[in-house]
Formats: sequence, C-alpha cells, structure tokens
Amino acid sequence: MGGFHSVPNDQRYRELAEKTGFSLEQIGNLHHRFKQLSHNGNTLRRDDFSKIPDLACNPIRFEIIEAFFDKRNFNAHGEGSVEEIGFEEFITIMSYFRPPSLHMSEEQREKLRRVKLRFLFNMHDTDNDGTITLQEYRHVVEELLSRSGALGRETAKGIADAAMLEVASISMGHMEPDEFYEGITFEHFLKILKGIEIESKMHIRFLNVDTTILCK
Amino acid sequence: MPALSQVFGGPRRSPGMRWSLLAAVLILSVIASSTAASAIHTKQGNGTTPHTDPKTNGTITHTKKAFPVLSVNYDYVRMPFEISLWILLASLMKLGFHLVPRLSGVVPESCLLIVVGLLVGGLIKLMGEHPPVLDSKLFFLCLLPPIILDAGYFLPIRPFTENVGTILMFAVVGTLWNAFFMGLMLYGVCQAEGGQLGEVPLLSCLIFGSIVSAVDPVAVLAVFEEIHINELLHILVFGESLLNDAVTVVLYHLFEEFANEGVVTVADAFLGVICFLVVSLGGILVGAIYGVLGAFTSRFTSHTRVIEPLFVFLYSYMAYLSAEVFHLSGIMALIACGVVMRPYVEANISHKSYTTIKYFLKMWSSVSETLIFIFLGVSTVAGQHVWNWTFIITTIFLCLISRVLGVVGLTSVINRFRIVKLTSKDQFIVAYGGLRGAIAFSLVYLLPEDHFPMKNMFLTAIITVVFFTVFVQGMTIRPLVELLAVKKKKETKHSINEEIHIQFLDHLLTGIEDVCGHYGHHHWKDKLSRFNKAYVKKWLIGGERSMEPQLISFYHKMELKQALMMLESGGPTPNVSMQNIQPRRTVQERLIPRLSRGREEEIRNILRANLQHTRQRLRSYSRHTLFDDPLEEEEEDLSEAQMRKKRVEMHRRMSHYLTVPAKPPTSPPIRRVRFESENQVFGSTPGSTASSRFQVSVVPSIQLTRAPIAHMEQMSQDSVSLVDESSSSQQQDKQQQQQQQGGQQDSETGGVSTSTGSSLGAELSASEREQDHLRLPRCFSDPGPNKIDEEEEEEEGDRFGS
Repeated sequence: MGGFHSVPNDQRYRELAEKTGFSLEQIGNLHHRFKQLSHNGNTLRRDDFSKIPDLACNPIRFEIIEAFFDKRNFNAHGEGSVEEIGFEEFITIMSYFRPPSLHMSEEQREKLRRVKLRFLFNMHDTDNDGTITLQEYRHVVEELLSRSGALGRETAKGIADAAMLEVASISMGHMEPDEFYEGITFEHFLKILKGIEIESKMHIRFLNVDTTILCK
Repeated sequence: MPALSQVFGGPRRSPGMRWSLLAAVLILSVIASSTAASAIHTKQGNGTTPHTDPKTNGTITHTKKAFPVLSVNYDYVRMPFEISLWILLASLMKLGFHLVPRLSGVVPESCLLIVVGLLVGGLIKLMGEHPPVLDSKLFFLCLLPPIILDAGYFLPIRPFTENVGTILMFAVVGTLWNAFFMGLMLYGVCQAEGGQLGEVPLLSCLIFGSIVSAVDPVAVLAVFEEIHINELLHILVFGESLLNDAVTVVLYHLFEEFANEGVVTVADAFLGVICFLVVSLGGILVGAIYGVLGAFTSRFTSHTRVIEPLFVFLYSYMAYLSAEVFHLSGIMALIACGVVMRPYVEANISHKSYTTIKYFLKMWSSVSETLIFIFLGVSTVAGQHVWNWTFIITTIFLCLISRVLGVVGLTSVINRFRIVKLTSKDQFIVAYGGLRGAIAFSLVYLLPEDHFPMKNMFLTAIITVVFFTVFVQGMTIRPLVELLAVKKKKETKHSINEEIHIQFLDHLLTGIEDVCGHYGHHHWKDKLSRFNKAYVKKWLIGGERSMEPQLISFYHKMELKQALMMLESGGPTPNVSMQNIQPRRTVQERLIPRLSRGREEEIRNILRANLQHTRQRLRSYSRHTLFDDPLEEEEEDLSEAQMRKKRVEMHRRMSHYLTVPAKPPTSPPIRRVRFESENQVFGSTPGSTASSRFQVSVVPSIQLTRAPIAHMEQMSQDSVSLVDESSSSQQQDKQQQQQQQGGQQDSETGGVSTSTGSSLGAELSASEREQDHLRLPRCFSDPGPNKIDEEEEEEEGDRFGS
C-alpha cells in the first residue's frame, strides 16, 4: 500500500507491471490519470470519482465507485471498504479489465473468468454475506432501469424476480414448496453466466499513448 | 397432388422410393422447363406448340369457320408463364432435396442446385433448343436484392459493429490485394505463355482479377448457413462479402473506363480512390435516408396494418435502385437501409406485420438463391466456352494462393489492434470461406465484347472458379469445421440473467473507460445510444413506445413467449416457484394452515366447476375452508391506485400487438391488471394458501383475463388469459386457450396461429389477487381445436435474440 511519490519510480513500476500484467507505458498513463483525478495527491477518495463528468450519466455509477474502494477486490481475503485508495489499489482494480492474452490454455481462461466474475459478484453483493439476495438483485435491476423513471421501477421488481427464479431453477433443480432459496452464491453465479464469455467481453482497451490530455 | 401427398404420408419410406420420387419430380420439371424453353422460341402469331395443347380445335374448316370452343393463345401469357414455371421448378427442386436427407446432409444445397441446372440445361440442349442464359439485368435487379435485403435486415448488429474494423480491412484491403495480385500474375502468366494468351492486355487481366477476387455473399450465405459456425467467423466472412461490393463496383468501372481510354495516369488513380469513397459512403447515405423515411412512415401505419410490410420492402428496393442510378454501391445502400430502418420499424409495426416481413424476406431470398444457382448451371451449358488449360488452372490456383496470403498478411496487422485476437484456426476458416459466386459470373457476362475479345475465355474461367469454390470448398468445409473443432454457434437464446448482465457490463465498461480517461469504443456507443434515445426515437417511434428501454421490452417479450409456451405445452411442474425465493414472513406462518394435496385439488375442482364472472372474489370460496388474513384487506386498497395507473400503461403497450386498434378501456367490465409480483411482495397470505399455491408461476407475469361475454362480441380482439399456474391448473389453461381460440376463429378467419401472441388483452379484466381466474365465460360455442403454431415461439425467440 503506501503512497506513491510524484516522481515516477521505475522500480515500483516494474513491480506493478509484473503483478498486474500491464506494460510499463500503460502503467505510466494510468499513473498520469491517477494524478489528474487526485489533483496531484497520493490518494483518491470517492468525491474525486464523483467529479468525473462523464460518469454522472451512468446509471450504475455508485456501484462502480464503490468497487474501487472495496477491499475484497484488492485481495481475496479482504473485507469491508476503505475511504481512500492509493495508486496500487487503483491499478489492481484496473487490472480486472485486462483482455485475455492470445495463447491461453483452457484452465487459464477458466481462472480468468472466475476472477472477473468474482469482481462482478462483489459489485452485486453489497452486504458481503457471500450471496446475492433478492433485495440486492432488485436493487441492481432498479439501478439499471433508473433512467426510465416510474415505468422502470415497476417492472424492475418483476424482472429481478424472474431472474432470481431462473437462477434458482437452474442451480437447485427441484425445490420443495417450503424450501427457501437464500440467494445466489458465487458458484450459482458462475453457472448462470457461463453462456456469456466474460473473459472476452469484460475488458477495455488500455492504450500505450497518453490520452488524458484530451479528456477530463 | 393428392396422390403424392398420400405417398409422402408414411413416416418411413424406403430409400428406393425416395429416389424414384425425386427422379419423377426431376423429370417432370425438366419437361416443364423444356416446354417453357421451347415456347420461348415459338414463332409469333401461331401461338401453339407441338407440346402444349393437343386439343386444338380450329384446324381444318371448309367453308364456314366453326365457333372455336377451345383455342390456344399462348403468347398472351408467355412471359409470366415462363417465369412462374421456372420458379416452380426451382421450388420443386428444393422440395425434392429435402426428401433425401442423406444427400442434403453431405452436399450443400447450392451444389445440388447447380447440378440440377446443368441437367436441365443439358436436356434442353438435347431437345435442340437454346437454353436461356442468366440475364445480367434480371440478376442484378430482381434476383439479388431480396437476398441482400434479407441479409441486411437481419444483420446481427452487435457483432458487426464490434468487428467492423476487421471486416473493413478484409473487405477493402483484402479485395484490392486480391484483385491486383491476381491481375498482375495472370498477365505475367499470359505473357509467359505466349500464343493466343499473349494477346490479352494488362487491363483485361486486371479487370478479370477484380471481378474474380470478390467474395460472393450469395454463395457464402448458402454454405455458411448450413454449417453453423460461431458468430464471430460468420460475421467476418459474411460482412466482408457484403462490404466488398463497393470495391468491386469501383474497380470494375474504373478498369472499364481505362480499357476504353487506353491510357492510365496518376490523376486517374487518385480519382479512383475518391470514387471509391464516394461510391461506398454515398451508397450508405442513400440507404440511410431511405431507412429514415421508412421508419418515419411506419410511425403512422397504426390504422393500416395490412400494408406495413410493403413499406419496408418498397423503401429498401427504392434505395437499391436509387443507388444503382448513380453507380453507387447498391448492396451497401440496401444494407444501410435495412439496418437503419429496423429498430424503429420493429417498435412501430404490429406483430403480424413483423412475421409477414420476416417470412416474405426469407421466402424471396430463398427462391432467388435457388434460381440463381439453377441458372448458373443452365448458363454453363448454354454459353460458348473457350477452354484454355493454362489460364483456367492458373486462375484457380492464384485464387487460392492470393486469398490465403491476403488473409494471413492482413490478420497479422489486424491482430495488433484487436483485443480478442484471431487464431490460426479462425484465419483458415476465413480464407477457406471465401467463395465466389453468381455476381462474378454476371459481371463478366456484362463485359462488352468489343473491348474484351477474350470474353468467352473469361466466362469459362469464371464458371470453373465458381464451380470449384462451391463444390470443392463448399462440400469440404463442413467436415473441416468438424475436424478442426471450430466453435459452433450458440443455439440457445439469452436468459434474463444474461441479458441483465450484458447491460450491466455495458454500463460498467463505459464507466471504467471514463475513469480511465480515454474515449473508447464503449464511450461512443453509450453516447450514440443516448442521442438515439433523446432525439431520434422521439421522431421515429410513435406513441409511448419510445420510452421503453431495451431490458424491459426484452423482458416482456420473454414473458409472452414463456406464457405461450406454457399454455401450449401444458408445461411441466416448475421445480422452483416464487414462494421459494420470496422472503418468508414469519407473521403469516401462524395463520397459514397446511393444506394437504387432496384439499387443494378439491378447492381447485370447486373453482373450476363454477365458471363465473371474474369479479367473483376467491375470498368467498376461501371462507369455507381457509382463514382470513387481516393483511389481505390492506393490500387490496393499496394497490388500487397503482392498478389504475398500470392499467393505462399496460394497455398502451399492449395495443401495439393488436392488428385492430383496441377499444378504449372504459367499457363496463372491470379492467385491472396486476403484476403478480406485487402480490408476492406482501407474502403468501392465507387468504389463500390455496391461492398462493395457485400463485405459483414460472415467470411472474401480467395477469390478463377475459372480459365478459357481451363485450367480447363487440371486440374483434381477444384477450389472452396468461395465467401462470402450476401444472395442476394447466388443464384449465388449455381449456381456456381453446375456448379463446375458438372465439378467435369466429371473428377472424385464419391466422389462428398468430392470434395468441398478437391479440394480447385489449381487455384487461380484473382478477383479484387470486390467480385462478380460471373462470372463462363460456361464450363461445365452438371451442374448436387449435394449434398454436410452433413457429410463433421461434419467431418470438428470434426477435429477442437479435
């Protein structure tokens, strides 16, 4: 953890590059962006994110911002959230969005898929109990439809219920009428999202050139 | 042909029987077509042919001409007759192939059709007639547009836009490379060979190269449709075949002009580049304009639903023709028109119109494709051929080599920019899938003889190349795909979870891009969709539908589909139901008595036995057997206001499924709609532990029940009872469905199959919380049997997925 000096430190860069898989140029650019967001400070806070204008029209911006401060995304055993993050954490979160490399074995792909889906799971599971309950899922769908006003809110419940039902049907097979499906566990989550190839879809392009001058 | 249908009746026919049937069909159609062909050359005025009508009357009369009881005037109908005969032949052939399953499994349809064409052509020639050659004008103006429109209208947008860079690279740079490589190499070979070949000028070689290098959409579609490879490869090859039209058009006209001139300058080359941009962008622009016009027109068609499909077809065809007027790329115009028009038109038109459009397009494109291949076969026999071993062998060889080199070279460049790289397996399929087809043939046929004295040699070469790619590559690609274990197409449609997460992912990635600080793919896509929503949709989509976000419309369609499926199949017991996932309310547990299965059955039977007005509250029944719950009362009041609001919304939304505008919802019977999940939120009350059993649903959905009798008669629309029940009530649903369908048959002739989906409740009657408004007024005397068409659900499915 610890702070990052304003002078780019090549040694640190190399360590991070090894840990996350980014190239040195990409880390340099991301560092530049980090500086821009934090106004040359060493840490980022939630308000810094809120100030990004483009993010304001995103329906799930709160979840996205929260994800940056969620300790579970920093390492596998973290819990809870922090108030501010340093560059290392920033880069760690960004590394979830790296594309798969060209020659990956099947198990490497599987591993990558798990990692990415874990990130998504953490975004949904806000109370950190290991399952996505119906309430939490409803919240997700409501947010997604939040730009549609009243119409969205009404059907959001229906959609979330239907989705939950589907998960339960797929994961549990047959259930007795008195049994209660607690929530979506991570394994069930993996199962239902097997169809979309997360590892090829969940990535953004990290450029080697610095474009931060062009945008806010 | 009743005899034939009887013969086809049995499920198991011996292969010998099938073959003889096929042969019979073949011979029949050959005779028919040769009749047509010979009729083409019948002298005018006489109007009779030796084959047609033996019963001519007016032959020999002496003094007074007898009144002709029966006479023949073939000339009158000659043109349409011949056309119809050819189309009939093509369709019969298609029919014939599928009777022999082993054959259609091994050999792609296009090969079989060419063989048939060859046979037909040969037979015609044997009869001494001159077989017709594929007329270029007919091809480009009549046969090609339906296929391209079908492809463009149903183009999967998402994979296309994600890979558009790659596709453009292959289409533009790849085709250019192929054209020049082939042209120059051919010229070299011709010069080296000397003799007759040595006279072939460079420009002729170049033009031949440019014609032969274009991947053909018709052939690609015909072959790739059958092998079901994964989306990425399909869109790469297919997209390339569509977009390279612009390149081909430009090169063709360019070289043709140069052939006239005789001299090429640098300025001309530069103009050529400009021309390319004009042709492609102009074509797209023309298409987009017509697309917007079409979308705008569809906004107002709510009162004349019947001609809605016509607008789609007409605007698209006009786009094609307008582009052709200016020598712009007609294919790109057609594609652009279809792509632009589609989302708005689909939101505006009725369900039936959507079905009509889809089936008409498929039908026309299928017939066109069949005709094209048959004609290709016939033209082969008809044309005058100049066979030159060197030229032809070299052409085929060079085609393969240049394609492979082109793909491999381009991929190494493209992979630097792609995130998901193309593997060598992908490259192989892309290279191998570069089939040539009828477009190349027609273009060569269009070459003017005077400038191109070796036109016949070119024709022969082109036909050989086409045959080679279609037969050899077409037939072997399927086993190769199996051998290389290339990923196949994912057959199942998206589930609701996947859909939710796809949307979620979109927003997430856009957000991360914003945090990262660069304007990437997602950012622009998001901006475009926001622009679309804010401005464009308001103009082009009528009514309230413009407000509906994609997730919601997906959800509604899915609901409908599931409800239909369940009603039809009398579905299996859902293994998991709503009560399993709803949070339990401990307060209720005290009050809910446990009902045994027998008791439940009893209650259900009571309810079913009394077909009463839906207004009847279950509570009156429940009082006999179940406890009351104080919460029940509250719930009723609370939902009242919400119901009214929802009803209006639902009504408007549903009305676009109707072919006839819905009656205003102010008619006497109660009209209330309720989302079942609303009930669930308040937990399972005892008011019906019985009813809570009934409330079980596979999908929480909109409850619509029937209006009472009197009102039904006035309406030409029926409402559908989408009652989602557990299996025990399936019978009831089936009954309802049948009754309703029976009613439908009274009011609408035909179209029973599509009625369920399209006639969603204009009448939204009240149900109470009780979900077992199984009451159906027994209004219709004819509960006639009916089948909900299987196709219906498939279409729904297609509609969602795309």
